[in-house]
Amino acid sequence: MTLIGWLQIAVVLALVLASLVPLGRYMAQVFTGGRTWLHPVLRPVETGFYRLAGVDPAREQGWHSYAVAMLMFSAAGFASLYAILRLQAYLPLNPQGFAGLPPDLAFNTAISFLTNTNWQAYGGETTMSHFSQMAGLAVHNFLSAATGIAIAMAVTRAFARSGAQGLGNFWVDMTRATLYVLLPLSVVVALLLIWLGVPQTLAAGFDATTLEGAQQTISMGPIASQEAIKQLGTNGGGFFNANSAHPFENPSALSNMLAIWAMLVVSAALPITFGRMVGSERQGWAILSAMAFLLIAGVGVVYWAETSGNPLMAALGVDPAMGNFEGKEIRFGQSMSALFVAVTTGLSCGAVNAMHGSLTPLGGLVPLLLIQLGEVLPGGVGSGLYGMVVFAVLAVFVAGLMVGRTPEFLGKKIEAREIKLAVLAVLILPMVILGFTAVSAMLPAALSSLANAGPHGLSELLYAYSSAAGNNGSAFAGLSANTPWFNTTLGIAMGLGRFAYVIPVLAMAGSLAAKPRAAASVGTFPTDGGLFIGLLVGVILILGGLQFFPALALGPVVEHVLMLAGKTF
Amino acid sequence: MSNSPTAPALFDRAIILTAARDAVLKLDPRKLARNPVIFVTEVVAALVTVLWLRELILGIGTPLFSGQIAAWLWFTVLFATFAEAVAEGRGKAQAASLRQSRSDVQAKLLLHPDANDNLYEHVSALQLGLGDVVLVETGDVIPLDGEIIAGVAAINEAAITGESAPVIREAGGDRSAVTGGTTVLSDFIKVRITAAPGSTFIDRMIALVEGAERQKTPNELALSVLLSGMTLIFLIATVTLWGLAGYSGTAVSVVVLVALLVTLIPTTIGGLLSAIGIAGMDRLIRFNVIATSGRAVEAAGDVDTLLLDKTGTITFGNRMAADFVALPGITETDLAAAVLLASQSDDTPEGRSIVALAKSEHGLSDPDFGAQTPVIISFTAQTRMSGIDLGARQIRKGAVDSVLHYAGLTMDRAPAEFRAAVDRIARSGGTPLGVAENGALLGVIHLKDVIKPNIKERFAALRAMGIKTVMVTGDNKVTAATIASEAGVDDFLAEATPEDKLAYIRREQQGGRLIAMCGDGTNDAPALAQADVGVAMQTGTQAAREAGNMVDLDSSPTKLIEIVEIGKQLLMTRGSLTTFSIANDVAKYFAILPALFIATYPELSALNIMHLGSPQSAILSAVIFNALIIVALIPLALKGVSYKASGAAALLRRNLLIYGLGGLLMPFVGIKIIDLLINALHLA
Repeated sequence: MTLIGWLQIAVVLALVLASLVPLGRYMAQVFTGGRTWLHPVLRPVETGFYRLAGVDPAREQGWHSYAVAMLMFSAAGFASLYAILRLQAYLPLNPQGFAGLPPDLAFNTAISFLTNTNWQAYGGETTMSHFSQMAGLAVHNFLSAATGIAIAMAVTRAFARSGAQGLGNFWVDMTRATLYVLLPLSVVVALLLIWLGVPQTLAAGFDATTLEGAQQTISMGPIASQEAIKQLGTNGGGFFNANSAHPFENPSALSNMLAIWAMLVVSAALPITFGRMVGSERQGWAILSAMAFLLIAGVGVVYWAETSGNPLMAALGVDPAMGNFEGKEIRFGQSMSALFVAVTTGLSCGAVNAMHGSLTPLGGLVPLLLIQLGEVLPGGVGSGLYGMVVFAVLAVFVAGLMVGRTPEFLGKKIEAREIKLAVLAVLILPMVILGFTAVSAMLPAALSSLANAGPHGLSELLYAYSSAAGNNGSAFAGLSANTPWFNTTLGIAMGLGRFAYVIPVLAMAGSLAAKPRAAASVGTFPTDGGLFIGLLVGVILILGGLQFFPALALGPVVEHVLMLAGKTF
Repeated sequence: MSNSPTAPALFDRAIILTAARDAVLKLDPRKLARNPVIFVTEVVAALVTVLWLRELILGIGTPLFSGQIAAWLWFTVLFATFAEAVAEGRGKAQAASLRQSRSDVQAKLLLHPDANDNLYEHVSALQLGLGDVVLVETGDVIPLDGEIIAGVAAINEAAITGESAPVIREAGGDRSAVTGGTTVLSDFIKVRITAAPGSTFIDRMIALVEGAERQKTPNELALSVLLSGMTLIFLIATVTLWGLAGYSGTAVSVVVLVALLVTLIPTTIGGLLSAIGIAGMDRLIRFNVIATSGRAVEAAGDVDTLLLDKTGTITFGNRMAADFVALPGITETDLAAAVLLASQSDDTPEGRSIVALAKSEHGLSDPDFGAQTPVIISFTAQTRMSGIDLGARQIRKGAVDSVLHYAGLTMDRAPAEFRAAVDRIARSGGTPLGVAENGALLGVIHLKDVIKPNIKERFAALRAMGIKTVMVTGDNKVTAATIASEAGVDDFLAEATPEDKLAYIRREQQGGRLIAMCGDGTNDAPALAQADVGVAMQTGTQAAREAGNMVDLDSSPTKLIEIVEIGKQLLMTRGSLTTFSIANDVAKYFAILPALFIATYPELSALNIMHLGSPQSAILSAVIFNALIIVALIPLALKGVSYKASGAAALLRRNLLIYGLGGLLMPFVGIKIIDLLINALHLA
C-alpha cells in the first residue's frame, strides 16, 4: 500500500462525495414531481410517452398494482430480449454474421440483463451482433436500472407518506428514472469516454497485423454508449469479454476513475434522495455512512491483501514489491484495481477491471462477502437502497426494543407483517446461494466446469451463485459457466435474487405506507446518528456474514491458511 | 401507594417444584410448536438421541460424545420450558393472592337470597359471581351491574350520567337495572348480579399468563417471526454445509451439524421470550394493576403523552380553603356566613375546609334552618357549581366562570375587584371559587392546592424519556398554568370537560402520538376507550372499567407512571436478550467451525482462537454454554433489565454496550471455561 495509492482512492471517492448532494436532491425533485432544469426539454417527451402508452401519471398505485406493473413490464422485457437473442441471425446490424443464441444461453442472458445482473456466460465480441448489443442489451441496461430506481422510490414513499394507499406510479417512476436520471448522465459519461478514447462506431472491426506478423481481427462497435450505462446503471455487462480490463472499454487510468465514479454515483446519491423525501437528509447520510464504512473497509482489505502478495510466488523469485499482480492491468495499478474490485461488488455492478479469480484468497474473499452481505454497500441502483431499508428495518426491530418502545423506523411501527416480509426477503440470498452451491458441489456435471480443485474451486462455485443471486454479474474466472446446468440454475438464481426479493419488499412498503407516521420524541430510537450507523453495520455483518461464514471458511479462508502453509491444489 | 410492590423470592421453593414438573409436561411437541426455535431444538434433540442409540447398539461412532450432545440438547429444551413454567408459576401465585385479598369495593352477599332474614357476609366485589344476590343499603356502592329483585331505592347515578339528581329504581318493570359504581342514597335493595363476574378482570389476567390460552402480544409475535426466520436461515446454512463439506472431502456427522445448528439458532431468546412476557404481566399485578390484554402492556411502553388528572395525581385531592375575599360592600363575615350555609351539605374535602375556615376564622357556628327546608344543590361536572336554596336565598359557589354565568356576567364585565382577586389567587397557585347569592357576586374563596412532593422529579424523568405530561383540570386557565409550571408538566387542559379530554386525545393521536390516561367516571369511558392505554380505577363505574384496557385495583392515578415504566422495561428486556442471543453466535462459530473441518484442513485451527482442547470438547462446550446461558438468564428475564429513565439514545448506548458487546465477548470466556472443565473431567 502506498500513500499515492490511497490518495488516488481518496480522490475518486471525493469526486463521488461531491456529486451526491446535487444529484440526490435532483432525483428527489424528479420523483416528487417537482420542476427541474431539464423540464423544458424533457417534460414534453415525458408527457408524450404517457399519452402514447395511455398512462394517467396522476393515478397512484398500491403495492399490489405497482408490483404487477413491474412484473408485467419485466415479463414483456424478457420475452422481447429472448426473441432478439434467439433470432439475431435474422435481424439487422449483424456485420459479423453471428448465429442466434442456444436456448439455455438466451434464457440466461435475457434474465441476466432483465435483473440488472449482466452475468455473461458468453464472450460479447464473439457472440452478440450490434443489434443485440444496442436494441437488446443496452436497452435493458437502462430499463433494469430504472426498474430498480422505481422500486426504491416506491419504498421511500412508504416512509414519506402517512396513512397512504399508494406508493406512486410504476410507469411514471420508470419513465422519469430513465429520462431525467439515466439518459442525461449516460450522454455526459459517453461523451467523456469517447474523449478519453473509447470507440463508438457501427463498424464490425478491422483486421490488423500484429508485431509478430500474425493476422488479428480487432472487434469494434458502439462501445462508449454501452459503457456509460453499463457503469451508471450498475449493470456491468461489458461489450467485451474482458470487460473493463479491455483497453477499448477502459483505456486509461483516467477512464478507470470515471468508470468507478459512474458506477458509484447514482447508488450513493439515492440515500440522499431517500433522506430528502422522508424529510431528513441526515437520515440519508446515516444510511450512506453505514454503506461507506463497510465498502471502504472492503477496499482496504483488498488493497492490503493484494499488495501483500502471495508468499508462494515470492518464494519462486517473483519480486514481491508489486504485490500480487496476476490478473491486473498495469495501467490501473493496485489501488485503482482494489477500489474497482470492492466497488463493483459492493455495488452489484459486476463490471471488472481485474480478474477476481486471480486475487489472493483474502482479496477474493472481500468481493464474495460484499455480494453476500446483500448488495447494499451501496448496492445496485435502487436495489441497494431498498435492500438497505430492509436491513434498517431489521436493525431497528432487534435493537429498537432496547429503548423501551415497540420498534419504529422513521415513525412507522415495525410489526409482525413487516418482519415477516423482511425475513422472506433476506431468506432469498442464503437459500439460493447456499442451496445451489451445495447441490453443484456434489454434482459431477457441475464440478466438471471448475478450473481449479480444492478450496478455490469451491470459491468459483460460491462466487457464481452469489453473483447471480446478488444480481452482481461479475465472475470468479475459472468456471466454465456456459453449460445447460449453469445457464439454467444461474438464470433461476438471478430471477429469484431480483423478483423473489422485490415482491416482499414492495408488500412491506405497502404495509408501511398505510401506517400513520408517529411523531418523534427524545424517547424515539434515533436512526440518524452514529449509534444507528454502528448498529446497522453490525446487523449487516452478523445477519449477512454469519449465514455465509461456514461456506467462506471452506473457500477463501482455508485457501488463505493453506497458502500461508505453502499448499496448493 | 397503598402497598409496596414486593416480589416473591426469585426462586420460591414451591414455585420451582411446580415449574420443574410443568417444564417436563411442556415438552409435548404439540405445545412446543408454538415456539418454533425450541420446537426445532426438540426435534433435533430427538434425532440425536436416535443416532446415539444406534451408535450404542451397533457399537459404532462415539456414543459418549453423541450421548452428551443429546443430553445437553434435551436440557436446552427443558431449560426453556422451565423458564416459562417459573414465570407462569409466579404470575399465577401473584394473581391468586390478589383475588383473595384485594378489593376496594365490598359487597354484602346475601346468604339466603329468597328469605327475608337479610343475613349477609362481606365479600370483595371481585369474588362475586353471576347470579349472586347482594344487599345494597343506604350509602353503599352497588358493586356490579345487576337487576333489582326486591326493594325501591333512590340512587345517585352522577358517576355515570353526570346528573346529580337522584333517580328511583325499583324491582320489576324497566327501571330495575342498576349500574356498578353508583350509590344508593336511601332505602335498601336486593340486586342480582347480571354483569360478568367480578373476577372477570383477574380471570382474564390469569389467562394472559397461562400457557395454554396465552395469546402472543403483537410485538412478541413479530419477534417470533424474526426468530423463526433466523432459525430457517441457519437451517439452510447447516444443511448446505453438508454438501460443501462433502466437496471438501469432509464427512460431517449429523450430530455435529445438529450441534452447530442449535448453537446458532436463537435458542436463548427463543427459550426466554414467553417468560419475559409473562414476567411483565406479573410485574403489573404486583403493582395491583390488571391488564386486560397483553397489547396494552406493550402500548404502555410506547406512550408519548400522559393525560393526568390534577387532583390526586399532581396535587393532593384536598384543596383547602385559605381565605375569603369579599367584594366591596360585603363584609367578610357576611361572605363567610353565606359560604358556610352553601357548604353545609358539601361533604367534599374542599367543602369541609370551607366550613372549618368559616368557623375558626370568623367565629361562626352551624346555622339553624328553622322551619325552612333547605334544598341542596350538588356539584356536577356540567354545572360545576354547588350551593343551597333556602327560602328566597339562593347561594352558589363553584368554578368562577360557572358562577359568573349564574350571575349573568362574563369575566370582562365582572367587577374589577373580583377579577383582581381571582387573578391573584390563581397566579399564586390557588383555586378561586366564586360565590354568588341570588345572582349577585359576593366574593371569592381562595382554595389552596398542595402539590405532591417528588412529583416534579418524576415529570422530569418522564420528559427525559420523551414522554409529555398533560395535566387535566377543571380549573381555569390561569390557575391551571400556575400549578402546571409549579409541578413541571408540559401542558395542561384547563376547564376540561370529558368532551375536551376526548378531543385532546384524538388530536394527539392524529399527530402520531400514543396517549395514556386514567379515569373513573362513566363520562370518562369514551376517552378511556379512545386512549391507547386507558387505566380505569377499580372504584370507577363498570362502564369505565370495560372501556379501559387496564384496571388499577388501588385506584391511584399516579400508577400511570409505573405502568409506562413496566411497559418499557418489558420491551427493553426482550430487545436486550434478543441482541445478546444473536451476538452470541460469533463465538460459537469460532468454537465449532475449526473443530468441524480440522480433519480435512488442519490449518483451519488458526480459527480456533479460544484454543479449545479438542474438536469434541469444543463442540460440546458450545452446546453446553448454549444450554446453560438460558438458565443463567432466567432471573434477568423475570426481573427485567435494570431501567433508568433517560432518553432513547442513552438507553440504547448503554444496552448495546452491555448486551450487544457483552453478548459478543462473553461466550468466548464461557465456552473456554466449560472447555477447560470438560477436558479436566475427561468428558470428551
